[in-house]
Amino acid sequence: MLPIGRSCMRHALIGICFSAALLVSATPAFAAASPSDPLNSVMWEALREQYFAGAPVVFDDKVKVTAPASAEDTRAVPLSVDATALGQVVEMLAIADLNPFPLILRYHPGTAAPYIATRIKIQQATAVRGAARTADGVWHVSGVLVDAAGGGCSAPPVSYAQKDWADHVGEVQARLWPADADGVARLRLRIRHPNDTGLVDGIPAFFVETLTVQAQTPGGPSELARIDSLEPVSENPVYSLDLRPPPDAKALVLRGRDNQGGEIDAIIPMPPPGARPAMTLRPGDPLRSVGQ
Amino acid sequence: MTTKLLRRLALAAALAAGLTTALTAAAQAAGPLTYDLKPTRIAPDTYVFEGSTKHFTRANGGNILNSGFIVTVDGVIVIQTGPSRRYGEEMRAAIRKVTDKPIRKVFISNLHPDYWLGSQAFADVPLAALPGTIAGIQEEGSGIADNMYRLVGDWMRGTEVTVPTEPVYGSTVRFGDHRLRLIPLAGHTAADLMILDETTGVLFAGGVVFCNRTPTTPHASIADWLKELDAVDALDIRLLVPNHGHIRPDKTCVAQTRDWLTWLDGTLRHAIESGMDMAEALELPIPERFAVLDVLREEYRRSVAHLWPKIEQESLPRVN
Repeated sequence: MLPIGRSCMRHALIGICFSAALLVSATPAFAAASPSDPLNSVMWEALREQYFAGAPVVFDDKVKVTAPASAEDTRAVPLSVDATALGQVVEMLAIADLNPFPLILRYHPGTAAPYIATRIKIQQATAVRGAARTADGVWHVSGVLVDAAGGGCSAPPVSYAQKDWADHVGEVQARLWPADADGVARLRLRIRHPNDTGLVDGIPAFFVETLTVQAQTPGGPSELARIDSLEPVSENPVYSLDLRPPPDAKALVLRGRDNQGGEIDAIIPMPPPGARPAMTLRPGDPLRSVGQ
Repeated sequence: MTTKLLRRLALAAALAAGLTTALTAAAQAAGPLTYDLKPTRIAPDTYVFEGSTKHFTRANGGNILNSGFIVTVDGVIVIQTGPSRRYGEEMRAAIRKVTDKPIRKVFISNLHPDYWLGSQAFADVPLAALPGTIAGIQEEGSGIADNMYRLVGDWMRGTEVTVPTEPVYGSTVRFGDHRLRLIPLAGHTAADLMILDETTGVLFAGGVVFCNRTPTTPHASIADWLKELDAVDALDIRLLVPNHGHIRPDKTCVAQTRDWLTWLDGTLRHAIESGMDMAEALELPIPERFAVLDVLREEYRRSVAHLWPKIEQESLPRVN
C-alpha cells in the first residue's frame, strides 16, 4: 500500500478508539473529562489536537456552515463556510471529521470577506466543520452533520473515462460579479482537474494544492486571497469567494499548482459595465419559503 | 494510552452487546416486517397497491410507489415490482387472492429502485422493460440495491438484483381482452415506459407524472421531461396512475409536474446567473403553491445536487 493507505488505516483505528470513547462518555465520570462537541463527533478530540493544537477553541454559531443534511452525490457535496459575522478573520479551515483525510482546505482570506464555498467528497456520514481564526488567535468552530451513502473519497474520478482528459487539466472557467455596496465582489471559478485522492488502487494522488487570486493594478499585482486545498475537494473544483478587488483593478489573475507540479494560470476579466452585484441569501432575508 | 484505549474498547463491546440484545427484543416484539399490501380496484380488471408519498424510510420499507396489475382473460399483467424481494413476494400473494390466473408478464417502467427490486418474486415470468432501462439496471443496479439496504435496512433481506429479461419497444400489444399501448419516452430517466390500457383508459404513467408528491430528478433531463408531459397531454385517458402520489381521473397533475419542473429549472438558472452559490441555493424559498407537494424541501435539495453542477458548468465562461 502507499503511505496514504497507511494513513487511512491509522485514521480508521483512531475512529474505532474514539467510537469506544463516545459510548463510554454516556457515563458521567468520562463526560466531565471530554469538552462537549455539539455534534458529538467521535473524531473531535483527535482533530482538535491535530489542527488547533495549543490554540483556544470555541464553538461559535457566528460561523455559519451550510451543507445538505443528506449527501445526494458523495463526490460533490456543496459546502459553504461563512464567518462574516466575526468581522476580521485571518484563516479559515473546513474539515470533514470521518473522511480518510479530514482537512478539506485552508483559506487565507487576506482582504476578502471570510466566506468560502466549494464542493467536497464525503466517504461516510460525518460532521462537517468550518473554523475561523480571528486576530486574537481564537478558533471559532461550527458545523453540521451530513448523512451519506459513502464512498465519495474512493470513487474513481469521472474524468478518466474521457480519453483526452489530460489535454484539459488546468482549464479554468470563471466569472466575477461587480462589487456590492460594501465593496465585496463574488468570484466563481471552476478548474478542470481529476483532483484524485489516491485512494483508488494504482492511481496516484493528483490534486490541486494551492490557488492564489491577485488583482492586476497599475501599481503591480496585489494578492487578494489564497486557498490551500486538499484531497477532499471535489473533482473539477468549484469555488465561490467574496473578494474586495481594489477600485483600479484591471483584471484578476488566478495562479495555482497541483501536487504533481502542474500549473494553473488564468486571467479573469472585470465584470462588463452595467452588470449587477451577485445575489446572496443572507440571514433575515425577507423572502418567504415553504417546506422547511 | 494503549491500556486505556483497550479498556474503553472492551467497555464499548459490552455496551454494544447490550444494545444488540435490546434491539433484537424490540424487533421480535414488533413481529415480522410486512407491507400489508391491499389492492384497490380502480377500473374494470385493474388494481393498484397504493404506497406512501414519503421518502424511503425504515418505517415504510420503501413502499412509496403505486404498483398495479391488470387481470385479463389470458392472465395477469403486473406493472412495477416494488422496492424489495419482500414487497414482490407480498404483492404476488395479494394478487393470488384476487385471481388464480397465471401471471403472463411484468412491466418495469424505469431503473429507479422501487420499480424493480421486487422482481425476484417474478423471476419465472418474462420481465419486460425498455432497452435503456435494462442497460441502466445492468450498470447501476447493484449500487441502487446497496443504497436501498442502507436506507430501509432489514426490509431488503434477501433482495438481489434481477435484471429485466425482455426488451420492449413502442407498440400495441393484446393480452386476452385488453389492448395495452407501450409508450417509450425519455426525460424523467433516459428510458421511461408508460403503459396505456386502451381497453379501460387507465394510464400507468411511471415516473413521468408525480401527483402531490415532489418529482425526483436523479436521472432527469428537464427539457426532455417537459416534452414527455406534452406527450401525456396528447393522450385520451380516463384515469392517471402516477408511480408516486395520487391517482386522479384528470390531468391536473400533468400540469402540476410541469409547473414544478419549470419553476425548478428557471429558479436554478436564475440563481446561477445571479452569482449565488450551490450551498446557498439549498435554502432558496419555494413558492406557496408547491406546499401541496409532499417531501418538498428534501426533494428540492436533492434536485439542486442533480441539476446545479451541469447548468453552472455550461454558464461559466472559459478564461484560459
